[in-house]
Amino acid sequence: MKTQFVALRTPIIAMVVALTITAVLLLLAGADVFAAFGVLLTGALTTPSRIADMLMLLAPLLLCAVGLTMSFAAGQYNLGIEGQITVGGVAAMWFLRGYQDGAPVILYWIGAVLCGMLMGALWALLVALLKRYMRVSEIFAGLGFNFVALGLALYLVFGPWKRPGVASMSGTEPLADALWLPTVTGTRLTLVTPILAIMMLAIVWRLIRHTHWGLQVRACGLSALASVRMGVPATRRTLEAMALCGACAGMAGALQVIGVYHALVPNVASGIGLMGLLVALLVRADIRWVAAVALFFAVITSGSIQLPLTLSIDSSISGVLQGLIVLAIIVARARRGEEAA
Amino acid sequence: MNWTQLLTDIAAIIAVSAPLIIATMGIYLSERAGVINLSVDGSMLLAGMTGFAVAYTTNSVVLGFVAAALVGGLIAALIAYLGVSLRISQTAIGFVLALLCTDLSSFLGNPYVQQTGPAVPAWSIPGLATIPVLGQLLFRHDAVIYLSLVLVPLIAWWMMRTRAGLIVRGLGERPDALFARGIDVIRWRYVMVIIGGVLIGLAGVAYTLDLKQGWTYRHIAGTGWIALAIVIFGAWRPWRILLGCYFFAALQTMASRLQDNTWQIPTQVLQVAPFVVMILVLAVVNSLGAPELQRWINRLPLPVRRMIRFLASPAPAALGQPFIQQ
Amino acid sequence: MHVSIQQLNKSFGPVSANQNITIAFAAGQIHGILGENGAGKSTLMKLLSGVYKPDSGQIFINGNAVTLGTPRLAVQIGIGMVGQDPLDVPVFSVLENIACGMQMPNDADIRQQIIHWSTTLGFPLSPDQRMRDLTVGQRQQVEIVRLLIAGSHVLILDEPTTGITAAQVEALFTALKTIVTTGKTVLFVTHKLDEIAVLCDTVTVLRAGQIVGTQMAMPISKETMLTAMFGEFLNHPNAGAKSIPTDAPRWQLKDTMLHDATFVLGPFNLSLPKGMIIGLAGLEGSGQRIFMQHLAGTFYPDRGQVHFNGQPLTRANPLVAWLPADRLHEGIIGAMSLSEHVLLMRDSLLAANQNATEKAAQLIADYAIKATPDMPLQQLSGGNQQRAMLALIPESAQGILLEHPTRGLDTVSAMAIWQRLQVRRDNGATVLFFSADLSEVMQYSDAVLVFFGGQVSRLLARDTLSEEVLAALIGGVGFAEVSA
Repeated sequence: MKTQFVALRTPIIAMVVALTITAVLLLLAGADVFAAFGVLLTGALTTPSRIADMLMLLAPLLLCAVGLTMSFAAGQYNLGIEGQITVGGVAAMWFLRGYQDGAPVILYWIGAVLCGMLMGALWALLVALLKRYMRVSEIFAGLGFNFVALGLALYLVFGPWKRPGVASMSGTEPLADALWLPTVTGTRLTLVTPILAIMMLAIVWRLIRHTHWGLQVRACGLSALASVRMGVPATRRTLEAMALCGACAGMAGALQVIGVYHALVPNVASGIGLMGLLVALLVRADIRWVAAVALFFAVITSGSIQLPLTLSIDSSISGVLQGLIVLAIIVARARRGEEAA
Repeated sequence: MNWTQLLTDIAAIIAVSAPLIIATMGIYLSERAGVINLSVDGSMLLAGMTGFAVAYTTNSVVLGFVAAALVGGLIAALIAYLGVSLRISQTAIGFVLALLCTDLSSFLGNPYVQQTGPAVPAWSIPGLATIPVLGQLLFRHDAVIYLSLVLVPLIAWWMMRTRAGLIVRGLGERPDALFARGIDVIRWRYVMVIIGGVLIGLAGVAYTLDLKQGWTYRHIAGTGWIALAIVIFGAWRPWRILLGCYFFAALQTMASRLQDNTWQIPTQVLQVAPFVVMILVLAVVNSLGAPELQRWINRLPLPVRRMIRFLASPAPAALGQPFIQQ
Repeated sequence: MHVSIQQLNKSFGPVSANQNITIAFAAGQIHGILGENGAGKSTLMKLLSGVYKPDSGQIFINGNAVTLGTPRLAVQIGIGMVGQDPLDVPVFSVLENIACGMQMPNDADIRQQIIHWSTTLGFPLSPDQRMRDLTVGQRQQVEIVRLLIAGSHVLILDEPTTGITAAQVEALFTALKTIVTTGKTVLFVTHKLDEIAVLCDTVTVLRAGQIVGTQMAMPISKETMLTAMFGEFLNHPNAGAKSIPTDAPRWQLKDTMLHDATFVLGPFNLSLPKGMIIGLAGLEGSGQRIFMQHLAGTFYPDRGQVHFNGQPLTRANPLVAWLPADRLHEGIIGAMSLSEHVLLMRDSLLAANQNATEKAAQLIADYAIKATPDMPLQQLSGGNQQRAMLALIPESAQGILLEHPTRGLDTVSAMAIWQRLQVRRDNGATVLFFSADLSEVMQYSDAVLVFFGGQVSRLLARDTLSEEVLAALIGGVGFAEVSA
């Protein structure tokens, strides 16, 4: 019990530091600190519509964070996650463009999601293979592929798939109405998305913590040398973990297309992958905390949208708070001797 | 061939590349010493915003530049402390700081959005500016662009021809060897990272007070990642990095020229081409450096070997790795 | 430069590496430093060259007390060390490598100095060659030249002849003799008795962290040196036994050459039989580790082939267990528990319906490991981690390769471990182990392989050896006759 308390002490100090710095920044911007924190924490929960929007952010965020837990478990920094979301959206759109009026919609939804997962997995696998066989840093390969994915999306949005008439950043030709996912009345919440996200959380939870495969992946991430010595197929497990991470990201992208934008927009990923990386850096492959942290991030991000209206300050303060928390915890871990290079 | 247009275009490319050149030089100095600064994108935004804010408030461009330099230097100092002294993963810190500084710039910069601030004054060099062709290309710019023009030769000379530069290169390759020679590895790394950060900060404000004046939401986001890619594309050699910057600016200019798609190449393809090239370069370079291939390469005749070595110069061997002092 | 040490002490945790070292090294001489594995020679040299800081004691240079403790101070005073893998920068040229960190500001001067010293010492060095294109011997030569240009008065060489050719050894010795004529001091650490005889003016012997033979002026007989290094030789009664079987061997190495970063082992031919415990003797770092890694299939030889149970070995084989000395980073996964390790190796450790935690508990009992099945292994003491690693060897393992099997274990535990290894041997497994302790090699081996000077000996039946003979072989005496 005592060790648990001691173990919690450092993260708590880190949180306090992060909150203090945020408070100082709010003061600098001339805002009422308590009011601002109030909006951040509760702004997303005041009306059903806002809760719905928060959940629509939480779902893809959770998917990405869950996927990243796997890549982190294998010891990889998957900075290419935004690109994987994007190509997931591209693949989903590609599949959906084949829709004929009157065809069973469900099949198309399933097909789109599967395409998205496949494409995302492939995109991640490319990076992993480049790292394994040509020793390209997964950081730069990942970043590079992000831009390539963005380029692909832009090309399609402004080119072959553009809106009839004027090509614009607001996306491709929109999906037929029948393909729009059903929403909860009065909100933009499609129940399918959070349900799928929770399903993936459960699946990955089980995979990582309760299967032999997950044990092997975690072993690779902790000590590649020892794992290989003990007969773990390290290369294969790393590739599989990365592919699965990409699949989760691809699913997120596909659901963004079907459920949120109802078209392919260049901004399909919209920073969700990056936020997912922050969540993953915080929980460091410990999947038990992913849901709670993702929920917290989604709540304050959604809540912050109201800051410009209610308090005349920019909503980015939520991102600042998130970044400070992650940074503080990373430093705290290092001082406790846990943070490896 | 419209020569006047071409000259104007080239002059524009030289001008527009200036901040990118300054940023890549900052990254280069840091990475040559063995430290990755992934926060560039955020640093440039935060420094650029701060520089603009200070210049706007004090109506002094110089103070704006000083403020930006300070911001860039401070962020780099933090990275040096966390990455070099505490030996935390440079990737993790750099990435988190990139996001953090981006959001900070948006938050603190809010009041300055869409404001008009002072700008770096144009400064044609008297006499030289009237030389045909060269005059227009090189001598009718302003202080920032002139800086970008002298920075690369200066840094290239310093890194390759001075003792200090030799030490810095050694730091990035094998810090253990330098430590054994009595060199204070940690202190040198701090210095190089911070100087690099100052340059990165200057690059940020070079946008907001000169080449993309003003401040808007996420003003120059993405440029930092491009700068990181160009340093790799340039294989950690100043002149090749310079070429990479001009190449990238040229691609962007071409991209906006080809909006009407007379060549059938989608502009987006051109925009992401540098990254594809970067990945290819990395793949080729790293696989050429693999030990298995080394033995095969060593059997090739010397001139061929030299050419491969020239093309495939790898990253500084100790880049990103923590240095553990005994 | 006169170097004098008074009562120097250095410990690493509970292990005392150097105790009460008191000695003086006269200028203008080559001083040999002799000692077996773990005697403390390396530590002493690192104390002198500033890599370590002494716990207590004083170092005097020319009568003045100095504090070393950082390489910078050592450089300023003028003490430099050349290691087996010289600390140079591979992408630099010879000139750049030497100029880096050098006080002399003018490159032309350095170039001149390089040529001067190369000629004086007989080293064929060109200032514009790339360091990565040089052999290990040449890199050593560059390092020596660098130290001389930097004005070093004391040169420490740590086992320099490990990876260099015979011609380079001759060149090195000639050069060292030239260097001391100018009043400089050379400390030459080696385990090769022949070299001491040929090169050194005095010999100092270290044993178990202490000086046992101070400054003995050469010439001294090899017997005297060996006795000083090892003390009393134990008498190991013949185990009654094992002559070396000649049927289907466990491992076969034909015309094999192996290499690691700094040197090459071989070529040699060896057959390692089934059902034997084979001890690898020799100075640590003479190739025992890469030899075992190649037997494990982790690496593939430059030349020749390794066959395991008659089949070519192209990658790691589940029937071979490799237990490295660095347990925490290469052997086990610190953050995981014994149960999790058992699970990881379930294919070779668990029967069909067996529970990992139960098996872990069983192993804990069998091997007397002070832990619970769910405790992360990094919380265990070093000795218990070793027991855990041994416990994780599958029953089906036919080849077992151990680096320092009983390091950190008390005598009772060591004996218990050996009992189990002997049982496995009796069931047909072939066990290879490297130990720094000569007595352990003699006590438990059925046969011995001696590693010396980049070569391996034949498989020597233990009963044909005595500790004295083995010690001599390790020092190179009589090695040529037993080379494989």
